Amino acid sequence: MLRGFFVILLFQLFGEVIQKFFALVIPGPVIGLIFLLFTLIYLRRVKMKKILNVKKDVMSTATAITSYLSLLFVPIGVGVVMHISYLEKNLYQVLGVVVIGTMLTVGITAKLMEYLNLYLQRKKK
Amino acid sequence: MNSVETLYRIWVYLQTEPLFWLTITIGAFLVGDYLYKKSNINPLVNPVAISILIVSGILIIFDIEYERYFNGAQFIHFLLGPATVALAIPIYNQIKLIQKEALSITITLLVGSLFAIFITYYLAKSFGLDEQLILSMLPRSVTAPIAMGISELIDGLPSLTAIITIATGIIGASLSTFVLDFMKVKDMTARGFAIGLTSHGIGTARAMSRNKTAGIFSALALALSGVAVSIIIPVVIKIFN
Repeated sequence: MLRGFFVILLFQLFGEVIQKFFALVIPGPVIGLIFLLFTLIYLRRVKMKKILNVKKDVMSTATAITSYLSLLFVPIGVGVVMHISYLEKNLYQVLGVVVIGTMLTVGITAKLMEYLNLYLQRKKK
Repeated sequence: MNSVETLYRIWVYLQTEPLFWLTITIGAFLVGDYLYKKSNINPLVNPVAISILIVSGILIIFDIEYERYFNGAQFIHFLLGPATVALAIPIYNQIKLIQKEALSITITLLVGSLFAIFITYYLAKSFGLDEQLILSMLPRSVTAPIAMGISELIDGLPSLTAIITIATGIIGASLSTFVLDFMKVKDMTARGFAIGLTSHGIGTARAMSRNKTAGIFSALALALSGVAVSIIIPVVIKIFN
């Protein structure tokens, strides 16, 4: 568990350093995610026992953290409610854009991908 | 010294301690989770939204500044970073399925991200919102830190972007299931990808707790759309100016 957490923190730290160094818009943790993913893919065929053990550790820690992902959004979510007055007189218009825009985007995106998956699968056969 | 005064002192002391706010936050979340399960996993009963309302209610009733609360709850907030990195693992575990759908993922990513930006612009414009507010809203479909970075880059207001982005996440997490059921989308990879693309982390957290495949594709979309949108928005703005 501890070793797994250490590796995850290490990748985040690496991501933060890269982000600061190159002044990127993409946040450190997302860069860390991408590097960890490529590291795992790169190590896919490595059968060394030590590495396999660390990998297992990282995986069980990751599963534990991500299963509480929802909880982690509560502190900043509270910030939205407490600062909603920043939107002043535009509150209803902004909410309108967010609700309508989000519903349309999620629906159309999902429909498109479902169609593409079916179409490309049929084409392969 | 009477006991009321002692209690008041304890209350003042507790407000400055992380222990108190951590307990409140986790307690509120457990209540939210309990109500969610009690409602037979009704998609409109969102545990995150409920716990946010409980905590906000407490802060408003007792007239406590948000900064004071956040100071205490920041340990929970801190874990968002490692949790984001940790999303690499579920994605890695599904790498075969992702490779199989690579082409539809790429097309959906580009079309979906562009659509999210343009529909926001179009709706905001037709609702008569001003230029700077519109700019602050454009990146609302990606995870908050990326959205704030883009907002700064295009002369929006990052703090406003943060509020609108998180609101998008909460609304997306609450309404997506309803929209996707209504549109009869059965493909779990498509459902997840669309949720991650529109409502980033909060949507992903939600998708993960409901369906494994959907959660993984949501996490994938969260990472990919973050990268895609941070390239698309500056380019689009350059073209239209």
